[in-house]
Amino acid sequence: MKIVVAVKQVPDTATQVKIGADSKGIDPAGITWIVSPYDEFAVEEALRVKEKRGDGEVVVVTLGPERAKEALRTCLAMGADRAIHLNDPAWEAADSLAVSRALAAVIRQEGPQLVFFGRQAIDDDMGAVSTQVAEFLGWPCASWIMEETVAADASSVRVARQVEGGLEIFDIPLPCVLSAQKGLNEPRYPTLKGIMGAKKKEIRDVKAADLGLGADGPRLSVVALEGLPPRPPGRILSGEPAAAAKELVRSLREDAKAI
Amino acid sequence: MKLELTEEQQMIQALAREFAEKEVQPVAGRLDQEARFPHETVKRMGELGFLGIAVPEAYGGAGADPVAYVLALEEIAKVCASHAVIMSVNNSLYCDPVLKYGTEDQRRKFLTPFASGQKIGCFALTEPQAGSDASNQHTLAVPDGSRYVLNGRKAFVTNGREAAAALVVAQTDAAKGRHGISAFLVEKGTPGFLVPKVEDKLGIRASDTAEFVFEDCRVPAENRLGSEGMGFKIAMSSLDGGRIGIAAQALGIAAGAFERSVAYAKERKAFGVPIGQHQMVQWMLADMATAIDAARLLVWRAATLKGAGQPFGVEASMAKLFASEMAMKVTTDAIQVHGGYGYIKEFQVERYFRDAKITQIYEGTSQIQKLVIARHLLGTQ
Repeated sequence: MKIVVAVKQVPDTATQVKIGADSKGIDPAGITWIVSPYDEFAVEEALRVKEKRGDGEVVVVTLGPERAKEALRTCLAMGADRAIHLNDPAWEAADSLAVSRALAAVIRQEGPQLVFFGRQAIDDDMGAVSTQVAEFLGWPCASWIMEETVAADASSVRVARQVEGGLEIFDIPLPCVLSAQKGLNEPRYPTLKGIMGAKKKEIRDVKAADLGLGADGPRLSVVALEGLPPRPPGRILSGEPAAAAKELVRSLREDAKAI
Repeated sequence: MKLELTEEQQMIQALAREFAEKEVQPVAGRLDQEARFPHETVKRMGELGFLGIAVPEAYGGAGADPVAYVLALEEIAKVCASHAVIMSVNNSLYCDPVLKYGTEDQRRKFLTPFASGQKIGCFALTEPQAGSDASNQHTLAVPDGSRYVLNGRKAFVTNGREAAAALVVAQTDAAKGRHGISAFLVEKGTPGFLVPKVEDKLGIRASDTAEFVFEDCRVPAENRLGSEGMGFKIAMSSLDGGRIGIAAQALGIAAGAFERSVAYAKERKAFGVPIGQHQMVQWMLADMATAIDAARLLVWRAATLKGAGQPFGVEASMAKLFASEMAMKVTTDAIQVHGGYGYIKEFQVERYFRDAKITQIYEGTSQIQKLVIARHLLGTQ
């Protein structure tokens, strides 16, 4: 079974993100880049499907600048078989729709039975691409899945997705698109052998023209990024503990309306 | 000159950091207090490839290089010096010599399971009366048909209780002195191979340091590593590599104590401001950072030379001497930055201070390193 996993390289969760000089993007200086954590669940699940079935191929794909290769190499070190890098200046200003169109085109070329995404990338948190890709492909899609089991004959997959207060269970015919929620699995570390072997695995560069895509401008453009307003200072209650406690309860109830 | 890590080295460093912080950090303080060997996390280190980093894949290793090895060791020692020494001994003092001097059969039996982390190995050179004076070997190995009969006592063997096999150095021809010393691979469970004692130590308390006794222990002749009389050379060349490992361990201990000190200096207030704003504390932190970086460059140089197949013995001694002395000073100052809290176990810098001390002693004391360096300078032996 061939499985494609789409990943995105994002700033490390520990990074203090600063707004760039043009107010429309972030300042990339000093950022450590990682594979978006939800995408790691997706890679892990794809590897588990392959291991459980005892055969198959896991292909990771990303769209991004040259540095995004590091993210692909991390996935290869975890155990993915090969990688595809959608790497073209034409995609520099790509919005989620353009990314989805490109991913759908490369997935169509690859012809996998299963496509995994993370539920959203943790940088802009749009969470749009997996469903848009499914739409372009005309394939069924389940988002935020917590469990999956591929049928022995590889005709369908049973998935459980998180809903308020429980799980919703679906049987979905293959091929299909799934997006991973936290809790689906615990991603493995790459091993040292995996790291050393990653360089020998193929990372294929793909241009927009290779997919028959022209340069269509973004439908969605960022007007401005704004920082959060500074947090108002806290209030310290002084005085006798008994009186302070009384004032705290009053304040929580009447001012903050928290209780 | 190029000071740049390869992408693989950076990935291995990042993996070691993540593993150490997520899996070792939560248990490190407790293991130290209970002097308990970390079976679970050592098993994980083996699975990830940390126990045979520079051993070729064909023998169960990760096929990386000595620079990747010191990067990983530093990250692990930043969190727990015991894990670092378990790893260093298995890599440098056991796997390295078996790879370098072992026959194909010996490598299959005594290297592959050890480099892949299914088993761990140890190195038994020191004796009660032979420490710095390592060639003063009293353990005897007497040929008897297809076997050698070992009798004697070995002291301070790191990984000694947990190891499945030991590289044991013994005298096969006392009349020849150091040229009559040979090395053997001895399996645990061989009759006459006893482990009567595990030491209670000041630091690196989660690693086990054992005493070995050999009583008419019969070792097959095919377990001799290298030819007869080569044992002292094997031991010394193993220690050259081992010293890079211990230097990296000392570097990590210092870097870990330093990181805790910087964090504390930003948080702890005295005289109305964080203590990091006081010049006395800034002075200490600046000195610590500079010394740590200097040690790191020495460690990286020695590892780079070893990886390039060039002589590295003196550079390893310099790295080990400087890094271990530096670690003792930096961990002492780390407690000073923490003040009274630094003396309390909860803040953990006292563990780094206790762990640092051994790096000035094992695999050649600081005094022996100076001797090695001076002999090289003066061309004497």
